[in-house]
Amino acid sequence: MQIAQSKPISFSWRSLPWEQFAPWLVPASLIVIWQLLAQLGFISTRVLPAPTQIVEAAIRLTLSGELLRNVGVSLYRALVGFSIGGSIGFSLGVLNGVSRPAERLLDSSLQMIRNIPHLALIPLVILWFGIGDPARIFLVSLGVFFPIYINTFAGIRSIDPNLLEMGKVYGLRQRELFWQIVLPGALPSMLVGLRYALGLMWLTLIVAETIAANSGIGYMAMNAREFMQTDVVVMSILLYALLGKLADSIVRALEAWLLPWHPSQSH
Amino acid sequence: MNTISSDQEVLNYSTDHGAHVSIQGLSKSFGDFPVLSQIELEINPGEFVAVVGKSGCGKSTLLRLLSGLDKPTEGAIYIDQQPLQGLNPFARVMFQDSRLLPWRKVLDNVTLGLKYQNKQRGQWALQEVGLSDRAHRWITQLSGGQRQRVALARALVSQPRLLLLDEPLGALDALTRLEMQNLIENLWKEQQFTAFLVTHEVEEAVYLADRVIVIEEGIISLNLPISLPRPRNSGSLEFAELKVRILDQILGRQRQPERHSQEFTAIES
Repeated sequence: MQIAQSKPISFSWRSLPWEQFAPWLVPASLIVIWQLLAQLGFISTRVLPAPTQIVEAAIRLTLSGELLRNVGVSLYRALVGFSIGGSIGFSLGVLNGVSRPAERLLDSSLQMIRNIPHLALIPLVILWFGIGDPARIFLVSLGVFFPIYINTFAGIRSIDPNLLEMGKVYGLRQRELFWQIVLPGALPSMLVGLRYALGLMWLTLIVAETIAANSGIGYMAMNAREFMQTDVVVMSILLYALLGKLADSIVRALEAWLLPWHPSQSH
Repeated sequence: MNTISSDQEVLNYSTDHGAHVSIQGLSKSFGDFPVLSQIELEINPGEFVAVVGKSGCGKSTLLRLLSGLDKPTEGAIYIDQQPLQGLNPFARVMFQDSRLLPWRKVLDNVTLGLKYQNKQRGQWALQEVGLSDRAHRWITQLSGGQRQRVALARALVSQPRLLLLDEPLGALDALTRLEMQNLIENLWKEQQFTAFLVTHEVEEAVYLADRVIVIEEGIISLNLPISLPRPRNSGSLEFAELKVRILDQILGRQRQPERHSQEFTAIES
């Protein structure tokens, strides 16, 4: 970046920051091709509207306040579901990771529940909670719970017992062993779980909002389908992609912050 | 009689002499399998004792019993005439694998388990092992030899009265090992702790120890004082003779005393 700016006259292709551009090259080219095909009439706007039309739809819905409201509602559901499922998953993961009796008591039951696809519960969940927010939050919590639980548990169990033995010889008490050795040692695995959980969080929410909702991004898309507003449908889908990417970037930032020592962070 | 237990806050800090260790009738078996039987051993304050033996002879088990990580099946260990129960608060262990925490920087590894004056004491210990300039590096940025030096600093930072060395140099290359041997010898002379070294390197044992102990099938089969002046010359004849004598004991070889010097050349070649 700095090199390109400091030498504006002798511009050369090599001075461009390719490292940063590279990930965007493929999506950007696809959009350009898509725009051209749509404008030249190769793709019907019914099937797939041009990118410019989608941008127009986004501007229209932003101005009416509809977009922001629906995104806000979806984000709220995602975060509440994530907090509930994540904190229960984390607590049980730590409990079963640290205590063998707790593992014997709980783990096989949890594994049985894990093997039920949580989206298969939608009919039951609607019967229980109706089609209101609690139903969607319940499903998101369930979807988030397992990746967090499993990776927290596995992270704690994969701690090198030699390190724990060393900690004991060096006078650490149980509580100090947990905070200074167990938790930091399990953190890389926990963050892998977090990344999976965030992916499942969006997936669950999309499905739940598409099937039964009266607000949210999924509802916006389903509603637009009834009025044949393909541009809004595509925009909603792109919005999910962007929000998913955002969640992933947050986890990457967390990894860089929490695991500066980890080999995955060395550049 | 007072017992030593790990929940006492022990101020190793003020004591500058090594611990006296007395091992009496010590046996340890895992299930039906006896590892150590009826070990009797006195270690004087500030003495450097090395234990050698084939792998599986029980030498590492003895070290674990001294650290309090394992409990004896029979017999007892007395530290300064007080029976050891639970973890040994006077002892620090240096392991073969450095067992450093990769999520802590060098200095924070050294100060693990310290309760006060962490920074200064950590810096002091790093200075002792010659690594003050690496205080803020990650463990992954260090070489194997440097990691063992950090582990040594971590063991010494609380100024233990008994240092237990469990094959600490086994994973290092020959040159680094020589450097570390000198470092350990110098720090031992300076701080006068009691040192208990478990090793399979007879030469290392003879180079460092006041007394070499050979353990065979769970019993002490040789207890040999080494009175060579320090720093020792591993090329000298006396050194080589002691080494051969210990090796013979370990390998179960019989030989005539007068033929020692002739056969020793054959072993060396």
